[in-house]
Amino acid sequence: MSTATVEDLTEITAPKSFWNRQRRLGAALVIIGLIAAVVFGSLAESKTARFTLSEDAEGAALSINGQFGAILFGIVTIAAGGALLAGVAKRWQTWLLGLGIVTFVLSFLCWQVAGKFLPLVDTASGSLELALPLILGALAGVLCERSGVVNVAIEGQFLMGAFGAALVGTLATSVWAGLVSAVVGGVIIAAMLAWLAIRFLVDQVVVGIVLNLFALGVTGFLYERLMQPDALKYNSPPRLPEWRIPGLADIPVVGPVLFDTNLLVWLALILVFVIHFALRRTRWGLRTRAVGEHPTAADTVGIRVRGLRYMNVLLGGVVAGIGGAYFTLVSTSAFNKNMTAGAGFIALAALIFGRWTPFGALGAALFFGFAQKLANYLSAVGSPVPNQFLNMLPYIATIIAVAGLVGRVRAPAADGVPYVKS
Amino acid sequence: MANDHIDITVEPGEVHALLGENGAGKSTLMNQLYGLLQPDEGEILVDGEKKVFRSPRDAIAAGIGMVHQHFMLVPVFTVAENIALGAEEVRGGPLGFLDRRRNRRDVLETSKKYGLPVDPDALIENLPVGAQQRVEIVKALTRDVDLLILDEPTAVLTPQETDELLAVMRSLAESGKSIVFITHKLREVKAIADRITVIRRGRTVGTATPDTSEDELAALMVGRDVSLEVAKGPAEPGREVLKISGLIVEDDRGVRAVDAVDLTVRAGEVLGIAGVQGNGQTELVEAIMGLRPVRAGTIELEDDSLIGRSTKQVLRSGVGYVPEDRSLDGVVKDFSVAENLVLDMYDREPYGSAFRLNPKAIAVNAAERVEQFDIRVSSPQSAVGTLSGGNQQKVVVAREMSRPLRLFIASQPTRGVDVGSIEFIHKQIIHERDNGTAVLVVSSELDEVVGLADRIAVMYRGRVLAVVSPDTPREEIGLLMAGITGTQEAEDDQ
Amino acid sequence: MTTETAPPAKKEEEEKRESFFSLFLQNLWSANTVTVTILSIFLALVIGAVLIVVSDSQVLSYFSYFTSRPSDALNASWDLISQAYGDLFKGAIFDPAAVQAWFDGTGTWQAAFGPISETLTYAAPLVFTGLSVAIAFRGGLFNIGGQGQAVIGCITGGVVGFAVGLPVGLHLLVALIAGFLGGALWGFLPGLLKARTGAHEVITTIMLNYIATLFLSWLILQNGVRDPERTDAISKTIESSAQLPALPSPLRVHLGIVLAVVATAVVAWLLNKSPFGFELRAVGVNPPAAKTAGMSVAKTYTLLMVIAGGLAGLGGAVQVLGTADKLTAQVAGNIGFDGLLVALLGRNKPWGTLLAAILYGALRAGGNLMQVDAGVSLELVTVLQALIVIFIAAPALVKAIFQLRAARSARLGATMAKGW
Repeated sequence: MSTATVEDLTEITAPKSFWNRQRRLGAALVIIGLIAAVVFGSLAESKTARFTLSEDAEGAALSINGQFGAILFGIVTIAAGGALLAGVAKRWQTWLLGLGIVTFVLSFLCWQVAGKFLPLVDTASGSLELALPLILGALAGVLCERSGVVNVAIEGQFLMGAFGAALVGTLATSVWAGLVSAVVGGVIIAAMLAWLAIRFLVDQVVVGIVLNLFALGVTGFLYERLMQPDALKYNSPPRLPEWRIPGLADIPVVGPVLFDTNLLVWLALILVFVIHFALRRTRWGLRTRAVGEHPTAADTVGIRVRGLRYMNVLLGGVVAGIGGAYFTLVSTSAFNKNMTAGAGFIALAALIFGRWTPFGALGAALFFGFAQKLANYLSAVGSPVPNQFLNMLPYIATIIAVAGLVGRVRAPAADGVPYVKS
Repeated sequence: MANDHIDITVEPGEVHALLGENGAGKSTLMNQLYGLLQPDEGEILVDGEKKVFRSPRDAIAAGIGMVHQHFMLVPVFTVAENIALGAEEVRGGPLGFLDRRRNRRDVLETSKKYGLPVDPDALIENLPVGAQQRVEIVKALTRDVDLLILDEPTAVLTPQETDELLAVMRSLAESGKSIVFITHKLREVKAIADRITVIRRGRTVGTATPDTSEDELAALMVGRDVSLEVAKGPAEPGREVLKISGLIVEDDRGVRAVDAVDLTVRAGEVLGIAGVQGNGQTELVEAIMGLRPVRAGTIELEDDSLIGRSTKQVLRSGVGYVPEDRSLDGVVKDFSVAENLVLDMYDREPYGSAFRLNPKAIAVNAAERVEQFDIRVSSPQSAVGTLSGGNQQKVVVAREMSRPLRLFIASQPTRGVDVGSIEFIHKQIIHERDNGTAVLVVSSELDEVVGLADRIAVMYRGRVLAVVSPDTPREEIGLLMAGITGTQEAEDDQ
Repeated sequence: MTTETAPPAKKEEEEKRESFFSLFLQNLWSANTVTVTILSIFLALVIGAVLIVVSDSQVLSYFSYFTSRPSDALNASWDLISQAYGDLFKGAIFDPAAVQAWFDGTGTWQAAFGPISETLTYAAPLVFTGLSVAIAFRGGLFNIGGQGQAVIGCITGGVVGFAVGLPVGLHLLVALIAGFLGGALWGFLPGLLKARTGAHEVITTIMLNYIATLFLSWLILQNGVRDPERTDAISKTIESSAQLPALPSPLRVHLGIVLAVVATAVVAWLLNKSPFGFELRAVGVNPPAAKTAGMSVAKTYTLLMVIAGGLAGLGGAVQVLGTADKLTAQVAGNIGFDGLLVALLGRNKPWGTLLAAILYGALRAGGNLMQVDAGVSLELVTVLQALIVIFIAAPALVKAIFQLRAARSARLGATMAKGW
């Protein structure tokens, strides 16, 4: 054979599959769009759906005929899917996908709200509040997992945080003391996780699951022994005050949601920015990412791999502990057995769905918070759509994400791999 | 014990070659010097001062840099980030904001100063290995090293890239830096080293100068006079057994790794595939074995097409396969020798059926193979992981040769294997050929290919550039491995 | 080589110098798995005892004047702990008083065997969920989804139990098979996703757990499932033809524990004596080598998760058909997650898992008596279970804790010998 024939043969092109990712997404959008337009549209009553800009039925509102809206938004979803199917430029892909999903949700809302009203401010602030522990939990996960330690113990950290806040908050009658001990609670579980996973090389998923049970047992035990017999003495923590920023709080919708709220909301949002920036722009961030991706490489340039992992897991414990404080200092004012009820795992889902990034986690947490809020709304207005199915949404979304059906999510390369010098 | 009382001295401005076989303890020694491993006894003196290196931090502080055999680069980082890592320029005091402009400038300065072009903004995972190696060298040099250790740096390079690297090493030495060059390739040692230390089985067995002949160095390295030749009679090629045409295969990243390859292997001959590692050999073999999807082209085993066949079907149709990465693909280390010897036959009579295993037959088979292939093991029930590399490889070869074969494929059959086992395995391969099996041998060791093959196909960037006779001058094959076809007529493979 | 020949004499000398106690300890270390297991249980009980004491305000008040009269605090602590752990034993294995009464003729044999019956009743579903985790683990998969698979097994087994009319015997068989198939489906999904897309089974199974639980809480409210006579969220009662036969009341132990032993034997055979077991073990420790040897890793993962899911589903079905009789939101309890602990404690070996399940069943059964009699909440059992597994999973930690004591006494000896 001569080199000339080789040149000729390179012209053979391998056949590419027609059903690339974009077309698969497009087809999926067309299908759910059809469901929206046909099913939602036909089920929706032809009555006005009012989206009020307040916390109740009063005041200004965006109104649309429910049936018309359900069909219209469904058609927009179909159009977005069709554009993807037709093969538009790649840079439009994300936008069209987003548009398709948002209009699908709007179509659903039109159907459900037809003849009723949905208070937007209440929905937004409720979603944010439900998302709050998820944001903090997912950020804790970001801190751990970007440095290579899998954290499935977020649930346990929440529980210890919530318990610590309730107990010490009550004993000291100080919400701040409660907040500090929530941090301590989170850090205790984090320290056990770090110690067992980094020092004793125990499988990190095993440790996480077992620590969750441990936290469940310890808090439940102490609850029954201490708090239940004498709730006044041990289990009536003060609540975190809500602060209203004059001026900013008067902005419609956004104002009451963001500027008439408690400290934790701001703290969570600030932490998202801080961690995002620090991961990308600081020495700590560069080293953290290196340790999570290729610990041996980090070791050979003199970075203390285990030390950095310890530090990040403990920092994660601080953040998750604050997330735990939400349950006893913000959402209710008493600790209860297993009161986090799987929120730690939704936070884990938000972490994964958000692709191990702070802003991704924020977006995912808000989405999941919205789904929960919507589920509460639907069961309150007696919708035929069972709220259990809406509550499944975070879990289903995460499965779809990890299965690579909507873009591939990639964990840090060394996530969950203990570092042992060879 | 990997190392036993080794003494080595490196002078300023010299290139000191550390020569030894695979597994002789070279890398262990250097990892101790770099603080990755702690020696049990002995001491390290830098500029006459005793030092203890508990971690690479101490070694870096003492002016020692190392380019590892497996690059220590974070694939998703840029070149500048990788070089900065661990020695970042920062602003803002304890907050430690990265000063990316200064980091980038440092990279460019070093790159220019030593004539090592790197693009600071490129992502490592997108760079070819040669460029990654330059990044590693620049990374060491930005840390102001006095002593640079290069661990098997030429394993992944073409002969031309190797020459460039040798030139860089020379100029670094001239600028006053000391270089330790770890290798098992005699030719390179003779070309560059000022002084040579030969180690074998963890001991220093001698020091030499570049004037020492290759034969002498080889004898020092392996401990006895070795014949690099493989004893074999002339081949008697028969019918075409394996016929590949227009084969296109992609690697894991979707890049075309095998690019329109045509090959034929006949019964009773050894076709060797020469080439620097990473030029599509791995993907080619995996495609034949049904381990990797084929994008286009045909693979025929006599009259059957192998396209779309599962690995099990390929193995069952009379193909034996020794994979290149023994510990990853060849053996299950936690399994016993006996279990590993039936790893691809456990569900066939007499070893088992669809629903049960026959432990007795498995044990009988193990006893036979251990005897026949001279596998040194205390009991066939001990885990394969406890065996030496050579004996593990013999387990793989024994397994794959213990059924009637039409085609035998061996990738890097003697990588990381001691000399005694190498000879044994080579003999078995020739024996298989003489029994009328078609044999395909892939090796990045040119010596091995030349010694075993009756015809040599040279691969470069996924293509077979030429098929030549083993009598072809090495320089010519070397040029082909570098992708230079020249003007001479390549031998036709038909 | 040279180091081997010289030292025997020296070694002997060293051995003589070591105290009998440390030699005994050393022998214990060498029998490591059993020793570590026993020490882990011991450590967990010690920590549990501390928790019992610090959470009792009565005893704590004695500690406030500990320095002046330590006996009050110590006696009270000892009474509390011995009563709690005594109850744990009596509730799980046997109550000497009840046995005595049986021999005297004043009590019944049922009362004497009651504790064992309770232990085995709690253990039965755990054996299945534990085997589910163990077999998946041997194939290199971490099945966190036992809980969800058990819930689906409860649903399918339960629905067949009350909604389908079949003759005695056949009905039970069909209900058990339905439980297996339900769990198998819930295992098949993550298995398929793992095989086809590489989606990590830990993530997918965690998510599927919650989906299953939410599905159950929806299902029991639906017409046809919900008991029309009741106002709370509870299903119709399983027909007696589908219930697992049990010993006469008040003993609760039922056929489930026998099925559990059979399942253990089947899993043991599958793992060690069958070609599929060979495949899954090879895939479990080295998937690339298995693939190179012609095994289909994807097929193995999928089939393995089907089997693992089916086992957990059977566990759910046994729970519903044996003890619960009805579907409620909490019918599966925590058997899936407990199965995880059981498998870890059993070191992912079938017979080890069986023993571990019986131990956890015993803790649970004893915990009930402890709660009623000693007033120590059942949650303590969860803590003990978690702690045992933490110590099991970190054998180095257990050894470090106990060597610490040995080392300290040795150091003490050394300093005394020096006699400064």
